[in-house]
Amino acid sequence: MSAAGLAAQFTELMLALLLAPLLTGWVNQCRAWLQNRSGPGLLQPYRVLGKLFQKDVMLAHNASPLFRAAPYLIFGCLALAAAVVPTLGTDLPLNAAADAIALVGLLALARLFISLAGMDVGTAFGSLGARREMLVGFLAEPALLMVLFTASLISHSTSLATIVDTLAHREFVIYPSLAFAGVAFTMVSLAENARIPVDNPATHLELTMIHEAMVLEYSGRHLAMIEWAASLKLFVYSCIGLALFFPFGIAQGGDWLGLVLALPALVAELAVGGAALALIEALSAKMRIFRAPEYLGTAFLLAVLALLVHVMLEA
Amino acid sequence: MGAALLAKFGPQLINLLAAVLLLLAFAMLTQRRILSLINLFAAQGLVLAMSTALVAALTGQAHLYLSAAVTFALKVLLLPWILHRLIRRLNVKWDVETLINIPTTMLVGIVLVILAFNLAAPIAQLAGTVTRAGLGIALASVLLAFLMMITRSKAVPQVIGFLAMENGLFFAATATVYGMPMVVELGVALDVLVAALILGIFLFEIRERFDSVDTRHLERLQER
Repeated sequence: MSAAGLAAQFTELMLALLLAPLLTGWVNQCRAWLQNRSGPGLLQPYRVLGKLFQKDVMLAHNASPLFRAAPYLIFGCLALAAAVVPTLGTDLPLNAAADAIALVGLLALARLFISLAGMDVGTAFGSLGARREMLVGFLAEPALLMVLFTASLISHSTSLATIVDTLAHREFVIYPSLAFAGVAFTMVSLAENARIPVDNPATHLELTMIHEAMVLEYSGRHLAMIEWAASLKLFVYSCIGLALFFPFGIAQGGDWLGLVLALPALVAELAVGGAALALIEALSAKMRIFRAPEYLGTAFLLAVLALLVHVMLEA
Repeated sequence: MGAALLAKFGPQLINLLAAVLLLLAFAMLTQRRILSLINLFAAQGLVLAMSTALVAALTGQAHLYLSAAVTFALKVLLLPWILHRLIRRLNVKWDVETLINIPTTMLVGIVLVILAFNLAAPIAQLAGTVTRAGLGIALASVLLAFLMMITRSKAVPQVIGFLAMENGLFFAATATVYGMPMVVELGVALDVLVAALILGIFLFEIRERFDSVDTRHLERLQER
């Protein structure tokens, strides 16, 4: 652990917390442009968060303590996940806390809490959304694990920092398996972040919604925490994607100059990634919920293929 | 500089193209719409032409450039054009039927890929070419195209499956024995065969149209 490592860790966490709503705003703005609308502006998510933090919390009579604790637990899980993924440097003190498998576990824990909270009050929409979320989650998780295993096989380690070090700082090699893994990862992250082929983030009070159905009962600061956590989730997934498939610009070890240069690189990559996400969303139509298993099954098989191709072509 | 870069990244690029070939084979297997199927087939032809040209550049075999050019003209331009015309004539843009549902097909596909990789591994050890790792992928895409032919009930996807199978064979040929001038001959001969087959099906379908607009269900009934 070095001073540069500590600085990188701190900056990274702060950056994740502060930039996550901006990324959401950027994606929404791009989507609005693509749909020929003017859009709410980049800072809209911050305004929403500010508004929600000022409002009072309304609780249902039969809400349990779990319902009140869940937003903070979810936010905590995702903040830790954001701290673990290397975005600026690879010498992170918290890196030892969770490797790639534990990271998937953290994301699963957040999903578990949001689903339980969705069922807690007992409204029809909440349990409907929770059950759909679990359906999507249990299909998406193995695919995500397989993607991470492919990267782990290449770098002989499940630690994300080592993976990034291997991919970014050794001699440049083309890995065909990462092409498969990249497609699989894109499909999984669209599903996990409640994006358009599986869920529509802009919908409210429709029978098709998943994420919004679970959080209908939340208000005030609880809702703010959940919205913030949702932005963080998108940010974390984008950063995992960048770390695995475009790790260029992430500083190695305690390289101060590298850390300084990593920041504009990260922002530029996220901007391009967000625009690409908006483009995918604008081009595809939402599918029926019963098509989701087929969609995620495809993602899983692509991830398995990535493993096979790695064994065949690269081992 | 350019030559050094080519020598360094050439084999890796061929591996990448091989992987894309396999990806496209899987995409074709899971695709429901005929129109997208044809586009995927054209993309596969493009990847094939690129990898052949790359092998030619790597090994200095001039005849492979010719082979790549023929592949490009035939599989990216001519055949997709014929197929597009065919489906417009037959009015079957939206065919969706598969005999087995798509997730099961994909699972069978994965098993086939594992089988192909296992089969090809000992053979690839014997080959001395830069592209020998591609053999398993070539075999896998042949088997996947075969699976597609089996699981589709309509004529046009079956034709596309057949053409995709030929793509796999062609890739296997360049991957294992690029030293032989026969490859060109073989490729062109097979392509002519394929073109003849398409025309045959074309006429067949037209003839069938005189009986009815429906393509495949009725054909099965005709057998008695």
